[in-house]
Amino acid sequence: MSNNSMPKKNPLSFQLDLSKWEKASAAEKEQQIVERESVTFFKDGMRRLWKNKVAITCAFLLIFIIVAVIVIPMVYPYTYSQQLGVAQKGQVPDSSYNGLKPMEYGATEQARIAAGEKIFPHLLGTDDLGRDYFIRVVYGTRISLSVGLFASIIVLIIGTLYGSISGYFGGKIDLIMMRIVDIIYSLPDMLMVILFSVVFQQTLAPLIEGTFFEKLGTGMISIFLVFALLYWVSMARLIRGQILSIKQQEFILTAKALGAKPARIIRKHLLPNCISVMVISTALQIPNAIFTESFLSFLGLGVSIPMPSLGSLASENLSYIYSDVYRLLVPALTICVIVLSLNLFGDGLRDAFDPKQKK
Amino acid sequence: MDKKFLYYILKRAVLAVITIFLVITITFFIMNFIPGGPFMSEKSVKPETLAALNAKFGLDKPLHEQYFNYLKGAVKLDFGPSMKMDGRMVTDVIMEGFATSAKMGLIAAAGALTLGLIFGSLAAVYHNKLIDRIIMVMSTAFVAMPSFIVATLLLWLLCVETKIFPANGQSAGGLVLPIVSLMLYPMAYTIRLTRSSMLDVLGQDYIRTARAKGVAPSKVLFKHALKNAVTPVITYAGPMIAFILTGSLVVEKIFAVPGLGKYFVSSIINRDYTMIMGTTIFLAIIVVVMMLLSDILYKLFDPRVDLS
Repeated sequence: MSNNSMPKKNPLSFQLDLSKWEKASAAEKEQQIVERESVTFFKDGMRRLWKNKVAITCAFLLIFIIVAVIVIPMVYPYTYSQQLGVAQKGQVPDSSYNGLKPMEYGATEQARIAAGEKIFPHLLGTDDLGRDYFIRVVYGTRISLSVGLFASIIVLIIGTLYGSISGYFGGKIDLIMMRIVDIIYSLPDMLMVILFSVVFQQTLAPLIEGTFFEKLGTGMISIFLVFALLYWVSMARLIRGQILSIKQQEFILTAKALGAKPARIIRKHLLPNCISVMVISTALQIPNAIFTESFLSFLGLGVSIPMPSLGSLASENLSYIYSDVYRLLVPALTICVIVLSLNLFGDGLRDAFDPKQKK
Repeated sequence: MDKKFLYYILKRAVLAVITIFLVITITFFIMNFIPGGPFMSEKSVKPETLAALNAKFGLDKPLHEQYFNYLKGAVKLDFGPSMKMDGRMVTDVIMEGFATSAKMGLIAAAGALTLGLIFGSLAAVYHNKLIDRIIMVMSTAFVAMPSFIVATLLLWLLCVETKIFPANGQSAGGLVLPIVSLMLYPMAYTIRLTRSSMLDVLGQDYIRTARAKGVAPSKVLFKHALKNAVTPVITYAGPMIAFILTGSLVVEKIFAVPGLGKYFVSSIINRDYTMIMGTTIFLAIIVVVMMLLSDILYKLFDPRVDLS
């Protein structure tokens, strides 16, 4: 049937007379297409994040710090545990290396410079035991960052598992699981952390002897254990809440009707929909963990010597507040910068990917 | 509301009691986990001396008996004798130190709440203006600083460099800086809470009505808006006390304040187990009670809150 052929028209009818209309040409049709690609959730969030200048600045600052703490120890001529005054094992340390001010050299080094050799300067001097302080700060930053990251990942894994099981099954299981969470949540966390750290430091040493964990030291393992025991509860609550609301939606019912097993539904349908919440709260958990680690290290419960962390460096050098204050300020301000930029970046992530949560 | 409210208080109180009981239990058993008992560190202890020490502290009895004895004592806030400070009871040491810590903590908490409410409201009233920006930048920075770092920075700036305050916390003037360093983080947090809830409240219809009626701006702010904006801040009061108490552990060490924190830190270093247990339980009780109080106050202030 051609377009122009119309059934016989009643003169009183309001029916359109197509003969009076012209068909659009291909070029005209093209014009009508709205020139915008469909935007995925991720792209949309990234666009919003990119507009947030503060968050992006912080992200670059963090990337810079991370790259720096990875690269610098590779190229720096001194190591964090090397006592520069001790040239050979068993030798009496050369005390001229202890407590150097920034850019100063020890006695043998000065002799070598006088002989025309070039020696890499000690950017921040050395500490009491003649260890290069700059590399200790770099290494301390590396340790603090990795403690923060790993502790948050532990929290993420346990919290997600617990929260999704509790949220998905609901009913009595949920009730019991959430009561447990309530109780752990109401324990005063910092006090428990201190207590657990005291005990773990004493009990773990024989357990981990000779294994890979011995290298990490009891202090760091006890921090991880404490996070695994206590800090997952808020993550579990968050995930449970998300699961509860997503569970009501039709696509879950469909999956169930098609015979999907609970594990598959949780893994393939529920958790992917929680990813933004998970990423955001992990990002905000990292500064928290760094905070806790530095607090514990400051109390003398953190990483084991000779390993430095920012908190233990600040604590060790507290007594230099009257003479060499830079030794205290450098690690202290590094903690501030890292925690601040992680916080701001996390806030930016939240605003970009989960605008509903915005405070 | 009365019956429901009472039921709610009861439920919360029961949870609080369970929590305290759990803290005591966990503390007791995990401290007993430590191999060798508390006197292992003294290297050349004769077996007879060790037996005498164990008998003195009741460590020769079976574990469950020790536990019930400890529980009985803890109910009366009696945590037994200190293991490292000769002849002193843990409770006496705690009370002595706590007098100073509580004074400092209360002033810090009151200061944080007052200043937080004032600056938070200011920021909300001047939303997106310069004042708001300045307040927000400051509060963001303070939230990122652990209290021990604030304390060391203040110590350096005001005691070592400019000598405005004494660096020693034993005199009254020396308590100013510890209080300030404890106060800054909760203050910054209160500012953020107040600002966001105030912004929320100021956008509501009844505020517009009040303004349209010609109520003085200050009255709208203080009488109409602040009353409703204050509720989230109340829920923060409990966690805040907890934060200040644990924060004071390190701050007291830095400023050499003779408070509970100083004893706690030194007991950790000396491995004085009864002291560690006693202080942990004592602080935990305070924290749990404060949480309970702030929950109840929250409900009293805002009857709209759903109790289920």
